[in-house]
Amino acid sequence: MANVFPKWVNTIPIKVIVAIILTVTAVVCGVTYYATPKYTRVGYAPIQPVAFSHALHAGQLDIDCRYCHTFVDRSEHSNVPAANVCMTCHSMVRKDDPMLAPVKTSYESGEPIPWVRVHKTPDYVYFNHSVHVNRGVSCVGCHGRVDEMDVVTHKESFSMSFCLDCHRNPEEHVRPPEEVYNLDWERPDTEDFKKEAVGFVHDWKVNPPQSCSGCHR
Amino acid sequence: MRIFLAIYVFAIIAAVSILGFRGSISTKPPLEVFPDMDRQARYKPQAENDFFADGRNDRQVPAGTVARGDYFNQVEVFSEDFEDPRLGDTVFNQGKNADGSLVKKIPVEVSYELIQQGKEKYDIFCSSCHGAAGDGNGVTKPYGVLAANYHDARLRSVDDGHIFDVITNGKGLMLPFNDRISPEERWAIVLYVRALQLSQNANAEELTAVQRTELGL
Repeated sequence: MANVFPKWVNTIPIKVIVAIILTVTAVVCGVTYYATPKYTRVGYAPIQPVAFSHALHAGQLDIDCRYCHTFVDRSEHSNVPAANVCMTCHSMVRKDDPMLAPVKTSYESGEPIPWVRVHKTPDYVYFNHSVHVNRGVSCVGCHGRVDEMDVVTHKESFSMSFCLDCHRNPEEHVRPPEEVYNLDWERPDTEDFKKEAVGFVHDWKVNPPQSCSGCHR
Repeated sequence: MRIFLAIYVFAIIAAVSILGFRGSISTKPPLEVFPDMDRQARYKPQAENDFFADGRNDRQVPAGTVARGDYFNQVEVFSEDFEDPRLGDTVFNQGKNADGSLVKKIPVEVSYELIQQGKEKYDIFCSSCHGAAGDGNGVTKPYGVLAANYHDARLRSVDDGHIFDVITNGKGLMLPFNDRISPEERWAIVLYVRALQLSQNANAEELTAVQRTELGL
């Protein structure tokens, strides 16, 4: 009896299997790499209505974060300043600069400047700024070196594992409370400091929740 | 198989060249891949709201109302027997006596902790113009901000209430800070300003012998 199938058909099953493995691998790698917050959120740097430079104000001039984000240590929300805060200096400094026209208009009319929000958690996440900054978690831990940014850029993934990494091992991330707003502080890599951090976590009862309802409501 | 491999490699190269790498800067809002309840009808601070005519979530303080307590003690405010001891206390809230004259002496209990609090708030809000030592040489001076030097004879002889009043309502080119600094904190700053004034005009004769030895005088 003559062969029903030609000889090349013999390799089809192995080729199909290889093709499926390659495709699945590519899709899994692609989704892991591209469909996660490390890709989707990191690097987001929207164009703001006023080209405000944190590098100039917080970096070069060394103005404290709380000069503008005044209630970050008392409120769950780190407030974006109203135009009167800008005008404290800019009623004198570069007062006729066209770049500052929206600030001036906002100050005179009371209409807010439409700043574009950069850092957004999902709405079922209840993040409280004050408990973090008052217990040795610095701004820089989540927002990066804002004092070196001309345009505010999303630096961290803000994924759930990003939060949990710190919630599970707070002693590896906390710093002395007086250094919270000092963004270029570097954690000393010494045994003494590690002991100090463990002591701080104990003494200040730093007990970050790991249960769902700690952050999700 | 060759055709498949060609398409496969082409698809990967195309995907990487279109999507780029993690952390690349983008002005487009982050893509929410699985937006499961990420955005809800929830009122967030400083956010937009179509319900109100001005489009804001945050409501303005209605004209002619007096605040009972503040946001930070709302639990106490809503308790049954809450009495606001500071309500209507012009001495504490405005630095002025009932007849409108300035308060001569700080009306709160003075302590080392209060000076420390005053220093913290002074370094945040005042030092950028008035300088860390209160001599008017802040970082904004090269930009044309003229700030008072606390060490001249006039400011050393003013009443405590005057300094409080200037922080509260501003003076000349200085804008008011009453929206950012609470009356408690303003009195703490007044105390710290007094300490700064003393520091620049102290007399070694007034120290005890022990203190002089410590300072090597």
